[in-house]
Amino acid sequence: MSANPHALLLDRGNLKRRNRFNRLVSGVSTIAAILAVAVLAIVVGSVFLKGVSALSWHFLTAPTALFGESGGGISNAIIGSAIIVGIAAVIAIPIGILVAIYTTEFAPASIAHPVRFVLDILNGVPTIITGIFVYGLIVVPQGHPSGFAASIALAIVMLPIVARTAQEVLTLVPSTLKEGAHALGIAPWRTTVRITIPTAAGGLLTGALLAVARVAGETAPILLLDFIFTQGVQTDPGQGLASIPYFIFQSSESPKPEAHTEAWAAALVLIAFVLALNVVARSFHARSRKRMGA
Amino acid sequence: MDARDSIESPAMTETNPDPQTSPQAGATAGPAISVATKSPAAGLRGRRDVGTVELQGLHAYYGSNHAVRGVDLGFAADQVTAIIGPSGCGKSTMVRCINRMHEEIDGARAEGHVLLDGLDLYDSRIDIVAVRRAVGMVFQKPNPFPTMSVFDNVVSGLRLSGASRSEMDDRGREALIGAGLWDEVKDRLKGPGVGLSGGQQQRLCIARALAVEPEVLLMDEPCSALDPVATLKIEELIGELKQRVTIVIVTHNMQQAARVADTTVFMLDGELVEVGPTDKLFTTPDDERTEQYVTGKFG
Repeated sequence: MSANPHALLLDRGNLKRRNRFNRLVSGVSTIAAILAVAVLAIVVGSVFLKGVSALSWHFLTAPTALFGESGGGISNAIIGSAIIVGIAAVIAIPIGILVAIYTTEFAPASIAHPVRFVLDILNGVPTIITGIFVYGLIVVPQGHPSGFAASIALAIVMLPIVARTAQEVLTLVPSTLKEGAHALGIAPWRTTVRITIPTAAGGLLTGALLAVARVAGETAPILLLDFIFTQGVQTDPGQGLASIPYFIFQSSESPKPEAHTEAWAAALVLIAFVLALNVVARSFHARSRKRMGA
Repeated sequence: MDARDSIESPAMTETNPDPQTSPQAGATAGPAISVATKSPAAGLRGRRDVGTVELQGLHAYYGSNHAVRGVDLGFAADQVTAIIGPSGCGKSTMVRCINRMHEEIDGARAEGHVLLDGLDLYDSRIDIVAVRRAVGMVFQKPNPFPTMSVFDNVVSGLRLSGASRSEMDDRGREALIGAGLWDEVKDRLKGPGVGLSGGQQQRLCIARALAVEPEVLLMDEPCSALDPVATLKIEELIGELKQRVTIVIVTHNMQQAARVADTTVFMLDGELVEVGPTDKLFTTPDDERTEQYVTGKFG
């Protein structure tokens, strides 16, 4: 029989080996993915198991006990964290979104690229350095630590996160929409405010929420800038405020095992908050993507 | 039928955009279709000596790429003019110069004059944003605003340039009727604009452009993303609309040009090759290149 014209289609003897290799690589990647998911599951699971026994309504609503005693709660820490993160958000989110609008809608490429680069670098600055910087900027002149100083440091950490996610979402808005608006005689700034931003609104919200989730537990700035505060529930950011990361840090250093459990419980509260924010943020993101793909 | 009665003025007769009852579509100039006419008392919009466009020595560039090379061309006020030519010949570019959208692209520029009723739109004193209200545009892919309802989409051009509530309501409704969409959407004006079918979305975009009451309507391959049924509806619509607006339609579909246009322009490599009555251009063109294109020798 003459040479088969389709000889190239036939197995040259290494098909089995190639298939085995394929399966090996697939298997290894699957294991890696499982490991990654497992890590989160283990962290959340162990925090839950170690802390749930100290979790109670009293724990959430009573302020920390005096003089490092256990048996108190974290209400002042929750309120303090809320105020600190809230102020940081009010500062960072509008500025971050405006920066993103500037770089995507109005700036020429020669300015937009360097700005993005700088934001990426800012994103990578270790938070302890940001903390030291704000220490010199605010705590030294003020003479005492305060919740506000911590807010400034957290705002600096949040800014590049908000700006980058906002940039990505704004670039996703189809240029056909902006073109259509311009062709109707709608001025460019109005197009941005009434069409581009509302279309990207879900994604902008996502970026903001993710940034909040990220800094809710940032500890280095807190340790440097907000480490002295009076007992009981305080709400003045000009003075020191209790915070959840500080409570975890302090309780974990206590010699008493009950304090350790309380630290785990506070950690559980924190991680539950971060998880909830992430889930909510992702759902907004999904809605926004659907709108722009429609 | 009854929705339209409520907004008819004594001097106005409305077209019936319903394809089942209107005369057979496909007529080029459409004298058999009853068309909307406005009494002279309705103002400038009723007179059809407005909406003439004239291109004088128009050149357009993308960076160093000379896409439109010295075009001199006039568009008559009560006609549909089709621009045909192979891909990349500069027809879309030329049309985008009319409403000054070409220069929005990074690195793009245009030279020459575009006269709208004698007024040069490229004069340095002209408000570029206002140009787009006099010269409207409909794009190849329908682009309704996803965050707005059907009705808000239609009046978006009005609302975002400051118009009163009642004025918006009236003009929005008229525009939807004029675009042949009122009957289909009157019960879901508050529904999302993107919830309509492709053909309805494109008619929505046409209504949106009409609401601003431009003198000229540019259509850049408006049917190429639509199915044949939707295409037919829009071609009928074009026949009705030409009494209200001067229409310039870019199309790569020669049969469509033959169906809807009074005048056809053939472009090749950025140059205007031939312009003439549609029938003549397709049957006895003057230029040899035109003849080769319309007989399909190249595409």
